[in-house]
Amino acid sequence: MKWLVNFLTSSLGRKVIMSLTGLFLCTFLVVHMIGNLKLFADSDGHKFNEYAEFMATNPLIKTVSYGLYFFIILHAVQGLLIYASNRAAVGGGRRYAGKQVAPTEARAAARNMAMLGTLILAFLLLHMWQFWFKAKFGGLAVEGDLFNEVKIAFAEPWVVIVYLLGLVALAMHLLHGFQSAFQTLGLNHPKYTPLIKGLGWAYSILVPLGFATMPIYFYVMAFNG
Amino acid sequence: MAHDEISLTLKVWRQKGPNKSGNFETHSVKINTHMSFLEMLDVLNEQLIMQKKEPVAFEHDCREGICGSCSLVINGRPHGPMQGTTTCQLHMRHFQDGETIYIEPYRAKAFPVIKDLVVDRSAFDRIIQSGGYVSVNTGGVPDGNAIAIEMITAKRAFEAATCIGCGACVAACPNASAMLFTSAKVSQLSLLPQGRQEANQRVLNMVTQMDNEGFGLCSNVGACEAECPKGISLDNIAIMNREYIGASFISRRLANK
Ligand code: HEM
Ligand code: SF4
Ligand code: FES
Repeated sequence: MKWLVNFLTSSLGRKVIMSLTGLFLCTFLVVHMIGNLKLFADSDGHKFNEYAEFMATNPLIKTVSYGLYFFIILHAVQGLLIYASNRAAVGGGRRYAGKQVAPTEARAAARNMAMLGTLILAFLLLHMWQFWFKAKFGGLAVEGDLFNEVKIAFAEPWVVIVYLLGLVALAMHLLHGFQSAFQTLGLNHPKYTPLIKGLGWAYSILVPLGFATMPIYFYVMAFNG
Repeated sequence: MAHDEISLTLKVWRQKGPNKSGNFETHSVKINTHMSFLEMLDVLNEQLIMQKKEPVAFEHDCREGICGSCSLVINGRPHGPMQGTTTCQLHMRHFQDGETIYIEPYRAKAFPVIKDLVVDRSAFDRIIQSGGYVSVNTGGVPDGNAIAIEMITAKRAFEAATCIGCGACVAACPNASAMLFTSAKVSQLSLLPQGRQEANQRVLNMVTQMDNEGFGLCSNVGACEAECPKGISLDNIAIMNREYIGASFISRRLANK
């Protein structure tokens, strides 16, 4: 299996891990976003709580979710290790006294993937503690009522702001990351690359926007009593 | 022709040798705008020699944009502000009278400074030695047109072949990655039937060597493509990625060298 170790520890192999875990997380996000739209299904949260119960108990979903935790950790750890390798390759410190940089198609996001990723990670920890941890290990305001917890959380302005900032970081991470993942896998072609880039744009705007409707909606509802 | 003359303030990186610390030195020059950037440095060096000071060491050879020696970072950009231009082909008319110009060596762990503005780019030579060739047996000269190659393919291979190994891609990359350089050679040879034979070993060996030299990983930023004086395209990196992924799983060798 030396060849596999060679592959996975090579610069290209490490990026393949980033790309595949990143795309897996992208798939998860769509499912998670569409599932959470159940928050809007009824006003007492019955449908959402039912859905949450199903997600927490279905054995297939549970298995996939362990994969998900593993891939998030793998993506984050590998991402930070790659960042460290790259800093070492540059030689550390400030690089050039001259200030100009060439105009590229890629925006600032491409150069700050690790920073954006770290912001996402910080947000994820808060998010998991608020809902996942409390639902699993106790601490919800009303046991078994996750909908109520969502309502309480998003009545707080600071929570809403942190969520929106987290989603902006996610959008930026994906504006570069989505199409980058395909380039990393070598999937580049004059016929399909424009399609992938267009899809990446749409994805990076629509998915975070879909998530953003939730804190905003519940904040407005709480604000209006 | 006074209007062809400009005065410049130069902030030049001076460093006595490898592992020595360096600093910027400030000099003033009055030069003709029709000069190239290297001719401007020649003027500076004559000035320094007259003043019995050590001239600035910088690398150059062909001075016509084909050898890739003239490795300088000008105001933060490898080969200066113009696209598709090497330092030796950069003319002073692109600078303003009274401008201050920062002149620095390429910065990358794998390109250590030898002296002043000269860096050691032999890491590139070792990457080429590890696989950037096609093995040819001795014997009769083959007919040039015996192997038909589609025009589009020939063109892509040729475009990749125009890489001059200057290293601007590494200097521009925020990760000091050598992917554009390495991929140009990998895709040039893998696209052609003559190079196809050794394609799997080549990509495995060249990527292994590239990693061993301590270059960074590719984040698909595209700064390399934007700075490359020969316009080598990021498509080559995608080709290398799929060649490497394919070879890792297909090649019958059980370990990389
Ligand atoms: C749900 C959240 C996330 C999604 C959907 C996601 C998605 C992606 C995708 C698709 C890529 C592109 C891979 C490539 O260029 O081949 C990527 C790159 C990256 N991600 Fe994430 N990511 C997420 C969270 C994180 C976190 C938490 C971190 C780290 C703390 C992180 C750090 C990075 C880094 C550093 C890169 C760039 C690697 C490179 O190009 O060298 N990401 N991400
Ligand atoms: S790819 Fe372009 S920038 Fe890099 S070494 Fe070749 S010619 Fe120079
Ligand atoms: S000196 Fe040869 S390319 Fe500039």
